[in-house]
Amino acid sequence: MTRAVLMRELRLALRSGGGAGLGLVFFLIVILLIPFGVGPDETLLALIAPGTLWIAALLACLLSLDRIFQADYEDGTLDILTLSPMPLEGLVAIKGLAHWLTTGLPLVIAAPVLGLTLSLPAPAYGWLIASLLVGTPALSFLGTIGAALTVGVRRGGLLLSLLVLPLYIPTLIFGASVVTSAAEGQSVTTAFQLLGGITLFTLALAPFTAAATLRMQMR
Amino acid sequence: MSLWEFANPVKFIRLSGRLLPWVSGLTVICLAVGLIWGLFFTPEEARQGHIAKIIYIHVPLAMMAINAWGMMFVTSLIWLIRRHHVSVLAAKAAAPIGATFTLLAIITGAIWGAPTWGTPWVWDPRLTSFAVLLVFYFGYMALWAAIEDPDKAADLTSVLAMVGTVFAFLSRYAVNFWNQGLHQGASLSLDKEENVADVFYIPLLLSIAGFVLLFLALVLLRTQTEVRARRLRALMLREGANA
Repeated sequence: MTRAVLMRELRLALRSGGGAGLGLVFFLIVILLIPFGVGPDETLLALIAPGTLWIAALLACLLSLDRIFQADYEDGTLDILTLSPMPLEGLVAIKGLAHWLTTGLPLVIAAPVLGLTLSLPAPAYGWLIASLLVGTPALSFLGTIGAALTVGVRRGGLLLSLLVLPLYIPTLIFGASVVTSAAEGQSVTTAFQLLGGITLFTLALAPFTAAATLRMQMR
Repeated sequence: MSLWEFANPVKFIRLSGRLLPWVSGLTVICLAVGLIWGLFFTPEEARQGHIAKIIYIHVPLAMMAINAWGMMFVTSLIWLIRRHHVSVLAAKAAAPIGATFTLLAIITGAIWGAPTWGTPWVWDPRLTSFAVLLVFYFGYMALWAAIEDPDKAADLTSVLAMVGTVFAFLSRYAVNFWNQGLHQGASLSLDKEENVADVFYIPLLLSIAGFVLLFLALVLLRTQTEVRARRLRALMLREGANA
Protein backbone atom coordinates (compact mmCIF):
# COMPACT_ATOMS: atom_id res chain seq x y z
CA MET A 1 0.00 0.00 0.00
CA THR A 2 2.68 2.45 1.09
CA ARG A 3 4.78 1.53 -1.91
CA ALA A 4 1.86 1.75 -4.33
CA VAL A 5 0.96 5.27 -3.14
CA LEU A 6 4.59 6.40 -3.27
CA MET A 7 5.06 5.01 -6.79
CA ARG A 8 1.84 6.74 -7.88
CA GLU A 9 3.06 10.06 -6.51
CA LEU A 10 6.46 9.72 -8.19
CA ARG A 11 4.95 8.63 -11.50
CA LEU A 12 2.53 11.56 -11.51
CA ALA A 13 5.33 13.98 -10.70
CA LEU A 14 7.80 12.65 -13.25
CA ARG A 15 5.48 12.27 -16.23
CA SER A 16 4.83 15.21 -18.52
CA GLY A 17 2.96 18.02 -16.83
CA GLY A 18 4.00 16.81 -13.39
CA GLY A 19 6.48 19.63 -13.03
CA ALA A 20 9.22 17.73 -11.19
CA GLY A 21 12.00 19.32 -13.23
CA LEU A 22 10.61 22.84 -12.95
CA GLY A 23 11.90 23.41 -9.42
CA LEU A 24 15.39 22.50 -10.53
CA VAL A 25 15.28 24.85 -13.53
CA PHE A 26 13.92 27.60 -11.27
CA PHE A 27 16.84 27.03 -8.88
CA LEU A 28 19.25 27.39 -11.82
CA ILE A 29 17.63 30.60 -13.05
CA VAL A 30 17.60 32.27 -9.61
CA ILE A 31 21.32 31.53 -9.14
CA LEU A 32 21.95 32.80 -12.67
CA LEU A 33 20.20 36.07 -11.82
CA ILE A 34 22.30 36.75 -8.72
CA PRO A 35 25.50 37.87 -10.52
CA PHE A 36 23.39 40.15 -12.75
CA GLY A 37 21.99 41.77 -9.64
CA VAL A 38 25.08 42.13 -7.47
CA GLY A 39 27.86 42.16 -10.10
CA PRO A 40 30.43 39.54 -11.12
CA ASP A 41 32.90 40.27 -8.29
CA GLU A 42 34.11 36.86 -7.11
CA THR A 43 34.88 37.76 -3.50
CA LEU A 44 31.42 39.26 -3.06
CA LEU A 45 29.77 36.25 -4.70
CA ALA A 46 31.76 33.87 -2.51
CA LEU A 47 30.63 35.82 0.54
CA ILE A 48 26.92 35.65 -0.29
CA ALA A 49 26.98 32.18 -1.95
CA PRO A 50 25.86 30.14 1.11
CA GLY A 51 22.80 32.27 1.86
CA THR A 52 21.93 32.70 -1.80
CA LEU A 53 22.04 28.96 -2.48
CA TRP A 54 19.85 28.27 0.53
CA ILE A 55 17.29 30.96 -0.34
CA ALA A 56 17.13 29.81 -3.97
CA ALA A 57 16.63 26.21 -2.86
CA LEU A 58 13.89 27.31 -0.50
CA LEU A 59 12.05 29.23 -3.23
CA ALA A 60 12.41 26.34 -5.66
CA CYS A 61 10.88 24.04 -3.05
CA LEU A 62 7.99 26.44 -2.55
CA LEU A 63 7.17 26.47 -6.24
CA SER A 64 5.70 22.98 -6.43
CA LEU A 65 4.02 22.84 -3.01
CA ASP A 66 0.52 23.58 -4.27
CA ARG A 67 0.66 20.37 -6.32
CA ILE A 68 0.86 18.18 -3.22
CA PHE A 69 -2.87 17.98 -2.52
CA GLN A 70 -4.61 20.29 -5.02
CA ALA A 71 -5.16 17.93 -7.96
CA ASP A 72 -6.14 15.01 -5.71
CA TYR A 73 -8.56 17.26 -3.84
CA GLU A 74 -10.20 18.55 -7.01
CA ASP A 75 -10.76 15.21 -8.74
CA GLY A 76 -11.86 13.36 -5.59
CA THR A 77 -8.83 11.10 -5.29
CA LEU A 78 -8.18 12.50 -1.84
CA ASP A 79 -11.62 11.35 -0.63
CA ILE A 80 -10.91 7.83 -1.86
CA LEU A 81 -7.44 7.82 -0.29
CA THR A 82 -9.02 8.98 2.96
CA LEU A 83 -11.35 5.98 2.90
CA SER A 84 -8.47 3.55 2.35
CA PRO A 85 -7.08 1.58 5.31
CA MET A 86 -3.96 3.76 5.33
CA PRO A 87 -4.16 6.53 7.97
CA LEU A 88 -4.28 10.03 6.53
CA GLU A 89 -1.12 10.90 8.48
CA GLY A 90 0.74 8.17 6.60
CA LEU A 91 -0.57 9.46 3.29
CA VAL A 92 0.63 12.97 4.12
CA ALA A 93 4.05 11.61 5.06
CA ILE A 94 4.28 9.73 1.75
CA LYS A 95 3.25 12.80 -0.19
CA GLY A 96 5.84 14.85 1.69
CA LEU A 97 8.47 12.23 0.93
CA ALA A 98 7.49 12.15 -2.75
CA HIS A 99 7.71 15.94 -2.90
CA TRP A 100 11.17 15.82 -1.37
CA LEU A 101 12.34 13.07 -3.74
CA THR A 102 11.18 14.99 -6.80
CA THR A 103 12.05 18.54 -5.66
CA GLY A 104 14.44 18.57 -2.69
CA LEU A 105 16.79 15.79 -3.72
CA PRO A 106 17.54 17.19 -7.22
CA LEU A 107 18.34 20.53 -5.56
CA VAL A 108 20.82 18.83 -3.23
CA ILE A 109 22.56 17.29 -6.23
CA ALA A 110 22.56 20.50 -8.30
CA ALA A 111 23.63 22.83 -5.48
CA PRO A 112 27.41 22.08 -5.51
CA VAL A 113 27.59 22.74 -9.26
CA LEU A 114 25.84 26.07 -8.82
CA GLY A 115 28.06 26.75 -5.80
CA LEU A 116 31.00 26.48 -8.18
CA THR A 117 29.58 29.27 -10.36
CA LEU A 118 29.27 31.50 -7.28
CA SER A 119 32.90 30.70 -6.24
CA LEU A 120 31.80 29.03 -3.01
CA PRO A 121 34.97 28.39 -0.95
CA ALA A 122 36.27 24.79 -1.14
CA PRO A 123 35.68 23.64 2.46
CA ALA A 124 31.97 24.52 2.22
CA TYR A 125 30.92 22.02 -0.49
CA GLY A 126 30.56 19.00 1.76
CA TRP A 127 28.57 20.97 4.31
CA LEU A 128 26.43 22.55 1.59
CA ILE A 129 25.35 19.08 0.47
CA ALA A 130 24.96 17.86 4.06
CA SER A 131 22.92 20.88 5.18
CA LEU A 132 20.59 20.71 2.17
CA LEU A 133 20.23 16.96 2.57
CA VAL A 134 19.23 17.39 6.21
CA GLY A 135 17.28 20.65 5.80
CA THR A 136 15.19 20.24 2.64
CA PRO A 137 12.96 17.45 4.06
CA ALA A 138 11.78 20.00 6.63
CA LEU A 139 10.89 22.36 3.77
CA SER A 140 8.77 19.69 2.04
CA PHE A 141 7.03 18.61 5.24
CA LEU A 142 6.28 22.17 6.39
CA GLY A 143 4.97 22.64 2.88
CA THR A 144 2.41 19.89 3.42
CA ILE A 145 0.88 22.00 6.23
CA GLY A 146 0.65 25.04 3.97
CA ALA A 147 -0.67 22.97 1.08
CA ALA A 148 -3.33 21.41 3.33
CA LEU A 149 -4.39 24.84 4.62
CA THR A 150 -4.84 26.31 1.13
CA VAL A 151 -6.14 23.25 -0.69
CA GLY A 152 -9.66 24.57 -1.24
CA VAL A 153 -8.59 28.11 -2.13
CA ARG A 154 -8.75 29.07 -5.79
CA ARG A 155 -5.38 30.37 -7.00
CA GLY A 156 -4.01 29.77 -3.53
CA GLY A 157 -0.36 29.83 -4.64
CA LEU A 158 0.39 33.30 -3.37
CA LEU A 159 -1.44 32.68 -0.09
CA LEU A 160 0.52 29.44 0.27
CA SER A 161 3.82 31.36 -0.02
CA LEU A 162 2.66 33.90 2.54
CA LEU A 163 1.78 31.12 4.99
CA VAL A 164 4.76 28.84 4.42
CA LEU A 165 7.72 31.21 4.01
CA PRO A 166 7.67 32.46 7.64
CA LEU A 167 7.71 28.81 8.76
CA TYR A 168 10.94 28.34 6.79
CA ILE A 169 12.86 30.97 8.79
CA PRO A 170 14.44 28.68 11.43
CA THR A 171 15.48 26.12 8.80
CA LEU A 172 17.00 28.86 6.65
CA ILE A 173 18.87 30.41 9.58
CA PHE A 174 20.52 27.17 10.63
CA GLY A 175 21.00 25.79 7.12
CA ALA A 176 22.70 28.89 5.77
CA SER A 177 24.66 29.24 8.99
CA VAL A 178 26.15 25.74 8.54
CA VAL A 179 27.42 26.61 5.06
CA THR A 180 28.66 30.08 6.05
CA SER A 181 30.58 28.72 9.04
CA ALA A 182 32.07 25.97 6.90
CA ALA A 183 33.14 28.53 4.28
CA GLU A 184 34.84 30.60 6.99
CA GLY A 185 36.51 27.51 8.41
CA GLN A 186 34.62 27.62 11.71
CA SER A 187 32.93 24.83 13.61
CA VAL A 188 29.53 23.89 12.21
CA THR A 189 28.47 21.39 14.88
CA THR A 190 25.94 23.51 16.79
CA ALA A 191 24.16 24.88 13.73
CA PHE A 192 24.10 21.46 12.09
CA GLN A 193 22.64 19.80 15.17
CA LEU A 194 19.97 22.49 15.47
CA LEU A 195 19.15 22.11 11.77
CA GLY A 196 18.77 18.37 12.29
CA GLY A 197 16.61 19.04 15.33
CA ILE A 198 14.26 21.32 13.38
CA THR A 199 13.96 18.73 10.63
CA LEU A 200 13.22 15.85 13.02
CA PHE A 201 10.69 18.00 14.86
CA THR A 202 8.98 18.86 11.57
CA LEU A 203 9.03 15.29 10.25
CA ALA A 204 7.45 14.08 13.47
CA LEU A 205 4.66 16.67 13.77
CA ALA A 206 3.87 18.00 10.28
CA PRO A 207 2.03 14.85 9.08
CA PHE A 208 -0.35 15.02 12.06
CA THR A 209 -0.99 18.75 11.57
CA ALA A 210 -1.50 18.48 7.82
CA ALA A 211 -3.74 15.40 8.20
CA ALA A 212 -5.87 17.17 10.81
CA THR A 213 -6.15 20.13 8.45
CA LEU A 214 -7.17 17.92 5.54
CA ARG A 215 -9.91 16.37 7.69
CA MET A 216 -11.21 19.88 8.37
CA GLN A 217 -11.13 20.59 4.63
CA MET A 218 -13.22 17.51 3.86
CA ARG A 219 -15.62 17.84 6.78
CA MET B 1 -23.04 30.27 35.85
CA SER B 2 -19.76 29.58 34.13
CA LEU B 3 -17.52 31.38 31.72
CA TRP B 4 -18.65 29.09 28.90
CA GLU B 5 -22.10 30.72 28.94
CA PHE B 6 -20.63 33.65 27.05
CA ALA B 7 -20.11 31.32 24.12
CA ASN B 8 -23.75 32.17 23.57
CA PRO B 9 -23.54 35.17 21.21
CA VAL B 10 -26.62 36.85 22.67
CA LYS B 11 -25.20 36.73 26.18
CA PHE B 12 -21.84 37.89 24.90
CA ILE B 13 -23.34 40.88 23.11
CA ARG B 14 -25.32 41.81 26.22
CA LEU B 15 -22.35 41.54 28.57
CA SER B 16 -19.85 43.20 26.25
CA GLY B 17 -22.32 45.99 25.54
CA ARG B 18 -22.52 46.63 29.27
CA LEU B 19 -18.74 46.40 29.77
CA LEU B 20 -17.65 48.46 26.80
CA PRO B 21 -18.42 51.98 28.14
CA TRP B 22 -16.57 51.20 31.38
CA VAL B 23 -13.57 49.71 29.63
CA SER B 24 -13.43 52.62 27.18
CA GLY B 25 -13.70 55.16 29.99
CA LEU B 26 -10.92 53.48 31.98
CA THR B 27 -8.80 53.35 28.81
CA VAL B 28 -9.11 57.10 28.33
CA ILE B 29 -8.30 57.80 31.98
CA CYS B 30 -5.29 55.49 32.15
CA LEU B 31 -3.86 56.61 28.82
CA ALA B 32 -4.43 60.29 29.54
CA VAL B 33 -2.91 60.19 33.03
CA GLY B 34 -0.09 57.80 32.09
CA LEU B 35 0.95 59.57 28.91
CA ILE B 36 0.62 63.15 30.19
CA TRP B 37 2.49 62.25 33.37
CA GLY B 38 5.11 60.30 31.42
CA LEU B 39 5.63 62.81 28.64
CA PHE B 40 5.47 66.10 30.56
CA PHE B 41 6.08 65.48 34.25
CA THR B 42 9.02 63.10 34.41
CA PRO B 43 12.68 64.16 34.50
CA GLU B 44 14.72 63.80 31.33
CA GLU B 45 16.65 60.60 30.91
CA ALA B 46 20.33 61.23 31.67
CA ARG B 47 21.89 60.21 28.37
CA GLN B 48 19.10 60.14 25.78
CA GLY B 49 17.13 63.27 26.75
CA HIS B 50 13.59 63.84 25.47
CA ILE B 51 13.58 60.96 23.01
CA ALA B 52 13.55 58.32 25.77
CA LYS B 53 10.01 59.42 26.65
CA ILE B 54 8.76 57.43 23.69
CA ILE B 55 9.13 54.49 26.08
CA TYR B 56 5.59 55.25 27.35
CA ILE B 57 4.23 54.37 23.92
CA HIS B 58 6.79 51.95 22.53
CA VAL B 59 6.96 49.47 25.43
CA PRO B 60 3.17 49.06 25.91
CA LEU B 61 2.67 48.66 22.15
CA ALA B 62 5.40 46.03 21.92
CA MET B 63 4.01 44.13 24.89
CA MET B 64 0.48 44.12 23.50
CA ALA B 65 1.73 43.14 20.03
CA ILE B 66 2.95 39.85 21.50
CA ASN B 67 0.10 39.43 23.99
CA ALA B 68 -2.47 39.85 21.22
CA TRP B 69 -0.99 36.85 19.43
CA GLY B 70 -1.03 34.98 22.75
CA MET B 71 -4.71 35.78 23.13
CA MET B 72 -5.37 34.57 19.58
CA PHE B 73 -3.53 31.34 20.40
CA VAL B 74 -5.69 30.71 23.47
CA THR B 75 -9.01 31.62 21.85
CA SER B 76 -8.19 29.55 18.75
CA LEU B 77 -7.34 26.60 20.98
CA ILE B 78 -10.69 27.02 22.76
CA TRP B 79 -12.41 26.97 19.36
CA LEU B 80 -10.59 23.78 18.34
CA ILE B 81 -11.43 22.04 21.62
CA ARG B 82 -14.91 23.29 22.47
CA ARG B 83 -16.10 24.95 19.24
CA HIS B 84 -17.23 28.23 20.75
CA HIS B 85 -17.95 30.66 17.96
CA VAL B 86 -17.43 33.79 20.03
CA SER B 87 -13.97 32.55 20.96
CA VAL B 88 -12.72 32.18 17.41
CA LEU B 89 -14.42 35.43 16.36
CA ALA B 90 -12.50 37.16 19.14
CA ALA B 91 -9.29 35.77 17.65
CA LYS B 92 -10.33 37.05 14.24
CA ALA B 93 -11.15 40.42 15.74
CA ALA B 94 -7.83 40.64 17.57
CA ALA B 95 -5.63 39.97 14.52
CA PRO B 96 -5.79 43.40 12.81
CA ILE B 97 -5.34 45.10 16.21
CA GLY B 98 -2.29 42.95 16.94
CA ALA B 99 -0.87 43.63 13.49
CA THR B 100 -1.39 47.39 13.95
CA PHE B 101 0.28 47.31 17.37
CA THR B 102 3.20 45.35 15.92
CA LEU B 103 3.62 47.83 13.10
CA LEU B 104 3.37 50.79 15.49
CA ALA B 105 5.90 49.17 17.84
CA ILE B 106 8.31 48.86 14.91
CA ILE B 107 7.67 52.47 13.83
CA THR B 108 8.03 53.95 17.33
CA GLY B 109 11.14 51.81 17.75
CA ALA B 110 12.53 53.27 14.53
CA ILE B 111 11.78 56.79 15.77
CA TRP B 112 13.56 55.99 19.02
CA GLY B 113 16.43 54.17 17.31
CA ALA B 114 17.24 56.77 14.67
CA PRO B 115 18.84 59.33 17.04
CA THR B 116 20.07 56.93 19.77
CA TRP B 117 21.43 54.01 17.73
CA GLY B 118 22.08 56.15 14.66
CA THR B 119 19.81 53.96 12.54
CA PRO B 120 16.05 53.38 12.38
CA TRP B 121 16.44 49.66 11.62
CA VAL B 122 19.03 47.00 12.41
CA TRP B 123 18.75 43.24 12.00
CA ASP B 124 18.68 42.79 15.72
CA PRO B 125 16.92 39.70 17.15
CA ARG B 126 14.10 41.67 18.76
CA LEU B 127 13.44 43.84 15.73
CA THR B 128 13.65 40.87 13.39
CA SER B 129 11.25 38.79 15.43
CA PHE B 130 8.75 41.64 15.34
CA ALA B 131 8.99 41.70 11.57
CA VAL B 132 8.38 37.93 11.61
CA LEU B 133 5.42 38.37 13.95
CA LEU B 134 3.95 40.95 11.58
CA VAL B 135 4.19 38.45 8.72
CA PHE B 136 2.40 35.84 10.83
CA TYR B 137 -0.42 38.32 11.51
CA PHE B 138 -0.70 39.06 7.78
CA GLY B 139 -0.79 35.36 6.94
CA TYR B 140 -3.50 34.75 9.54
CA MET B 141 -5.66 37.58 8.21
CA ALA B 142 -5.11 36.54 4.60
CA LEU B 143 -6.27 33.00 5.37
CA TRP B 144 -9.45 34.33 7.00
CA ALA B 145 -10.10 36.46 3.95
CA ALA B 146 -9.47 33.63 1.48
CA ILE B 147 -11.99 31.07 2.76
CA GLU B 148 -15.71 31.59 2.34
CA ASP B 149 -17.21 29.00 4.66
CA PRO B 150 -16.99 30.61 8.14
CA ASP B 151 -16.62 27.40 10.14
CA LYS B 152 -13.95 26.02 7.85
CA ALA B 153 -12.12 29.36 7.93
CA ALA B 154 -12.28 29.25 11.73
CA ASP B 155 -10.83 25.71 11.77
CA LEU B 156 -8.02 26.46 9.36
CA THR B 157 -7.00 29.79 10.87
CA SER B 158 -6.96 28.14 14.30
CA VAL B 159 -4.55 25.52 13.00
CA LEU B 160 -2.44 28.32 11.55
CA ALA B 161 -2.47 30.10 14.91
CA MET B 162 -1.14 26.92 16.58
CA VAL B 163 1.56 26.29 13.97
CA GLY B 164 2.39 29.99 13.82
CA THR B 165 2.87 30.16 17.58
CA VAL B 166 5.34 27.27 17.55
CA PHE B 167 7.32 28.73 14.68
CA ALA B 168 7.19 32.30 15.97
CA PHE B 169 8.83 30.98 19.15
CA LEU B 170 11.36 28.94 17.18
CA SER B 171 12.21 31.96 15.03
CA ARG B 172 12.50 34.16 18.10
CA TYR B 173 15.27 31.98 19.51
CA ALA B 174 16.78 31.05 16.14
CA VAL B 175 17.50 34.71 15.37
CA ASN B 176 19.47 34.95 18.62
CA PHE B 177 21.77 32.37 17.11
CA TRP B 178 22.06 34.36 13.92
CA ASN B 179 22.80 37.82 15.31
CA GLN B 180 23.38 39.36 18.71
CA GLY B 181 21.67 42.69 18.91
CA LEU B 182 21.71 46.32 19.87
CA HIS B 183 18.36 46.33 21.67
CA GLN B 184 18.49 46.97 25.40
CA GLY B 185 17.24 44.33 27.81
CA ALA B 186 13.79 44.32 29.38
CA SER B 187 12.73 47.58 31.03
CA LEU B 188 10.36 45.84 33.41
CA SER B 189 10.54 42.65 35.35
CA LEU B 190 9.02 41.26 38.47
CA ASP B 191 12.31 41.06 40.36
CA LYS B 192 13.17 44.73 40.65
CA GLU B 193 16.90 44.37 39.88
CA GLU B 194 16.89 45.59 36.28
CA ASN B 195 13.86 47.87 36.44
CA VAL B 196 13.75 51.47 35.34
CA ALA B 197 13.80 54.02 38.17
CA ASP B 198 10.59 54.63 40.13
CA VAL B 199 9.89 58.09 38.65
CA PHE B 200 9.55 56.48 35.23
CA TYR B 201 8.07 53.26 36.51
CA ILE B 202 4.64 54.41 37.70
CA PRO B 203 3.63 56.41 34.60
CA LEU B 204 4.92 53.51 32.50
CA LEU B 205 2.72 51.06 34.40
CA LEU B 206 -0.24 53.40 33.91
CA SER B 207 0.28 53.65 30.17
CA ILE B 208 0.73 49.88 29.94
CA ALA B 209 -2.60 49.48 31.75
CA GLY B 210 -4.05 52.02 29.31
CA PHE B 211 -2.89 50.06 26.28
CA VAL B 212 -4.13 46.76 27.77
CA LEU B 213 -7.54 48.35 28.26
CA LEU B 214 -7.42 49.88 24.79
CA PHE B 215 -6.78 46.43 23.34
CA LEU B 216 -9.59 44.97 25.41
CA ALA B 217 -12.03 47.68 24.31
CA LEU B 218 -11.13 47.27 20.65
CA VAL B 219 -11.40 43.48 20.83
CA LEU B 220 -14.83 43.69 22.51
CA LEU B 221 -16.03 46.16 19.89
CA ARG B 222 -14.68 44.21 16.94
CA THR B 223 -15.95 40.89 18.30
CA GLN B 224 -19.43 42.42 18.59
CA THR B 225 -19.11 43.51 14.97
CA GLU B 226 -18.04 40.01 13.92
CA VAL B 227 -20.92 38.37 15.81
CA ARG B 228 -23.41 40.75 14.20
CA ALA B 229 -21.87 40.24 10.76
CA ARG B 230 -22.23 36.51 11.27
CA ARG B 231 -25.90 36.93 12.24
CA LEU B 232 -26.51 39.19 9.25
CA ARG B 233 -24.96 36.59 6.98
CA ALA B 234 -27.22 33.88 8.42
CA LEU B 235 -30.30 36.10 7.93
CA MET B 236 -29.37 36.89 4.35
CA LEU B 237 -28.80 33.22 3.59
CA ARG B 238 -32.25 32.44 4.98
CA GLU B 239 -33.85 35.22 2.91
CA GLY B 240 -32.04 33.99 -0.16
CA ALA B 241 -33.33 30.47 0.42
CA ASN B 242 -36.94 31.70 0.64
CA ALA B 243 -36.79 33.88 -2.44
